[in-house]
Amino acid sequence: MLAKRIIPCLDVKDGKTVKGINFENITDVGDPVALAALYAAQGADELVFLDITATHEKRKTMTELVRRVAHQVNIPFTVGGGIGSEEDVAALLDNGADKISVNTAAFRDPGLIGKLARSFGSQCVVLAVDTKMENGEWYVYLNGGRQATNARTLDWVKQAVDLGAGEILLTSMNNDGTKNGFALGITRAVSEAVHVPVIASGGAGTVQHFIDAFKEGKADAALAASIFHYKEIPIPELKKQIRAAGIVVR
Amino acid sequence: MNTVIIKYNAGNIRSVLFALERLGVEAEVTDDPEKIRHASHVIFPGVGEASSAMRYLHEHGLAEVIRKLKQPVLGICLGMQLLCDSSEEGETACLGIFPQRVLKFRNEENKERRKIPQMGWNTIAGLKGPLFEGLDENEYVYFVHGYYAELSAYTTAQTNFILGYSAALQKDNFYAVQFHPEKSGAAGERILRNFLRI
Repeated sequence: MLAKRIIPCLDVKDGKTVKGINFENITDVGDPVALAALYAAQGADELVFLDITATHEKRKTMTELVRRVAHQVNIPFTVGGGIGSEEDVAALLDNGADKISVNTAAFRDPGLIGKLARSFGSQCVVLAVDTKMENGEWYVYLNGGRQATNARTLDWVKQAVDLGAGEILLTSMNNDGTKNGFALGITRAVSEAVHVPVIASGGAGTVQHFIDAFKEGKADAALAASIFHYKEIPIPELKKQIRAAGIVVR
Repeated sequence: MNTVIIKYNAGNIRSVLFALERLGVEAEVTDDPEKIRHASHVIFPGVGEASSAMRYLHEHGLAEVIRKLKQPVLGICLGMQLLCDSSEEGETACLGIFPQRVLKFRNEENKERRKIPQMGWNTIAGLKGPLFEGLDENEYVYFVHGYYAELSAYTTAQTNFILGYSAALQKDNFYAVQFHPEKSGAAGERILRNFLRI
């Protein structure tokens, strides 16, 4: 049976991991490649690299990083952060990324999703959505959550999937960083509204939160950053407990 | 030993090259028929669309080259599907090594409303042949696909997703896997190593 996926997310700035504390097994926790290889060895199912670099050198540092990851990591990985053109995507895929995620640029120009799906296949086009609930309704936010829009999250994800997005990475800004659990309601609503996999993101703090994301949120995968970087829940232990709850994981 | 990876208009080819590098194996990515004919092992990978891939293979004289290979050949994902008789994707006539058709996962059979394409880790069972030596039944490997080859006399591994289908096929020197060994962690590395040992 197809397993639910556990996905550590690595924030990368100027080619270095932003968050994280020391692990016994690696000497440089700031090196995304070393951290990625460690997570892969521990049983992570996929990895997401989110580039938060703001400089002109961005594309070059990221393609170099992608190439190093692709050489050393034996599981699939997605790269996101500021991707806005077919050329950006071609460079990342050519260097070994399995998927890319688009966010703000896709919202401003939805045609980009179709272009990417036709050129590279829907399977590698992930739509990342930052969402926030206001007055009982979930809205799309852009630019890393700094800019509000009037678009309802459910409307946008449905449109994006129609255009060719192959997967949804849904981050709840209300939950992100709280460690109080994923936003189950909107995750479930998105998962039931589209026929592509949905990755729940934002709010993971305990093993039960992952179980809830899969059972109640109907997520196909769950993403987290700090609980892994700060060694709060080791991946093997997380998977053991999820399995004990009757959920299929690798 | 010299291993070649067939270069054509399908994605994901470099991932296979990198995976071999991790195993300490140097391979060449090439569309040169002479180099492909004289390789000890040929890997035929790919992520893409069947009809445009077959058109490219014909235009570059690679279809005939692949059909006549006598050394171990490993088709991966789209590569496996192209080794079958035909594919429902674009109603495409393929290479015809495996006498069977590639079909689309259908929504009407999808009672549990699984997401299509299948994307992620699933188990392989009924493992047969040298490719799976040393692997346990129900090992997890990584899949990304919306089309599948049915179970047949050539099935050497099967997976269940909506229905049971061929996760691997073998006929003579032709081996094929629907999943991505190059992205399937330690299990995938074992399968690639097993292939290179044939």
